[in-house]
Amino acid sequence: MLPTLLDAFHLLGNLDAQVLAIVWLSLKVSLSAVALGALIGLPLGAWVAVARFPGRNGVAVFLNAMMGMPSVVLGVLVYLLLSRSGPLGSLGLLFSPAAMIFAQTLLVAPLIAALARQIVEDAWRDYAHEFAAFRLSRRQSVATLLFDCRFSLVVAVLAGLGRAISEVGAVMIVGGNIEGFTRVMTTAIALETAKGDLPLSIALGVVLVGLVLGLNALAHGLRQWAMVKYG
Amino acid sequence: MVGGLTMFPIRLDDLRFTPQGRPVLAGVDLTLGGEGISVVLGPNGAGKSVLLRTLAGLEKPDGGSIAWNGSAVPGPAVAMVFQTPMLLRASVADNAALGLKPLKLSRAEVQGRVARVLERVGLAHRARDSARHLSGGERQRLALARAWAVGPRLLLLDEPTAALDPTATEAVEALIREIRTDGARIVMTTHNLGQAMRISDDIVFIEGGRVREHSPSARFFSRPQSPEAKLFMKGELPWRIAFED
Ligand SMILES: Nc1ncnc2c1ncn2[C@@H]1O[C@H](COP(=O)(O)OP(=O)(O)OP(=O)(O)O)[C@@H](O)[C@H]1O
Ligand SMILES: [Mg+2]
Repeated sequence: MLPTLLDAFHLLGNLDAQVLAIVWLSLKVSLSAVALGALIGLPLGAWVAVARFPGRNGVAVFLNAMMGMPSVVLGVLVYLLLSRSGPLGSLGLLFSPAAMIFAQTLLVAPLIAALARQIVEDAWRDYAHEFAAFRLSRRQSVATLLFDCRFSLVVAVLAGLGRAISEVGAVMIVGGNIEGFTRVMTTAIALETAKGDLPLSIALGVVLVGLVLGLNALAHGLRQWAMVKYG
Repeated sequence: MVGGLTMFPIRLDDLRFTPQGRPVLAGVDLTLGGEGISVVLGPNGAGKSVLLRTLAGLEKPDGGSIAWNGSAVPGPAVAMVFQTPMLLRASVADNAALGLKPLKLSRAEVQGRVARVLERVGLAHRARDSARHLSGGERQRLALARAWAVGPRLLLLDEPTAALDPTATEAVEALIREIRTDGARIVMTTHNLGQAMRISDDIVFIEGGRVREHSPSARFFSRPQSPEAKLFMKGELPWRIAFED
């Protein structure tokens, strides 16, 4: 046990190239997916919060339910979409980082949208009369609310990043865990543990947990700062 | 900042608002001319706020009609300040610009208007500060500035000094007069009788969802005509309880 741990920290301490490459790809894939997911999820969530259309409640429930979507199931769905005989097969994306970004975007966009809807709807209750009295259009209301809730929404986006970077099912299925190409932290941990290379698993695990903890600390700190600054 | 005189007189005819069958406005008849400050008085729950919100287009009446100089559409020059104005988590200047968004003005025009109204309400030096850090009196002045910036012809104010100390109240009253001079017709509510005397040209007295009396201010306070207003002035309506707490 002890030698394993020592090896793990040796890998970390030396910034092992293999570890770095894996961490870097993880960040690249998940950050891209979260950027895209936020681009879709934030306006979508705010829109659902503000708009009044038949089926609005259904959409809200759907978004909430999607927060609990198992990533493996989503992985399978995306696999079917991207596989050679699937509807998007001609793009040839399967087993590439692009496919992983695609899958994770689908995973986090509804999560961000669901959280954004809740946050924006709470704010909307406070502002609805003011905005209506000034005759803000729906679009102007959505934009103003997104800006007004910006600090809480950062937390929603970071939740998305937490989910993306720690999921293993989707990237494993659509990325294929190809060494040096589509291998990310979570898939590497799963594989190396199975192979018995515990030091690498532990080193990656420490990095992953560190990242997730760091993100949460960042979210917390940001909110505190915003509360003091903007009330 | 003055638009045309075209939306006056405003004629409310048998206006009714009955959510879940409750007669909140039970047939309001009222004519508002194009000038001055009208103060709506009446006990808690009389329907004052609902009346203002209906004029602002925020509540859909269940019966009767509002005619804006004969037309069913008020035009855009109506602004309202709520009793507890919601300020955005943003700077004072950004808040003052809120109502300008739908007007599609140039950036320079927006900045110009914001600077002008903040100057006039005495908040120019706070323009960059967070609005949520303002005091009650400052918030109320910012809310007035925000409404003023759109250049309203009709400005509706729901208890604009409800939670303010006498000095802040005086400052807000001075601003309301200035906005009137600037060309806005003002309709406001208050539970402060002294304020109503100081500021109003005419009094609209509401009770039980109906206008019981609409008189020039001087006459209302010296010789109220309706039995309801007489009682109210004697302090025998439940309103007095609200006034004292
Ligand atoms: N949307 C609504 N649905 C149901 N009831 C309502 C609605 N809006 C107002 N009311 C009721 O209408 C009555 C009049 O309300 P309003 O707020 O106009 O009173 P007010 O005269 O402004 O009283 P206050 O002096 O306390 O501000 C109240 O009893 C209130 O509960
Ligand atoms: Mg009221």
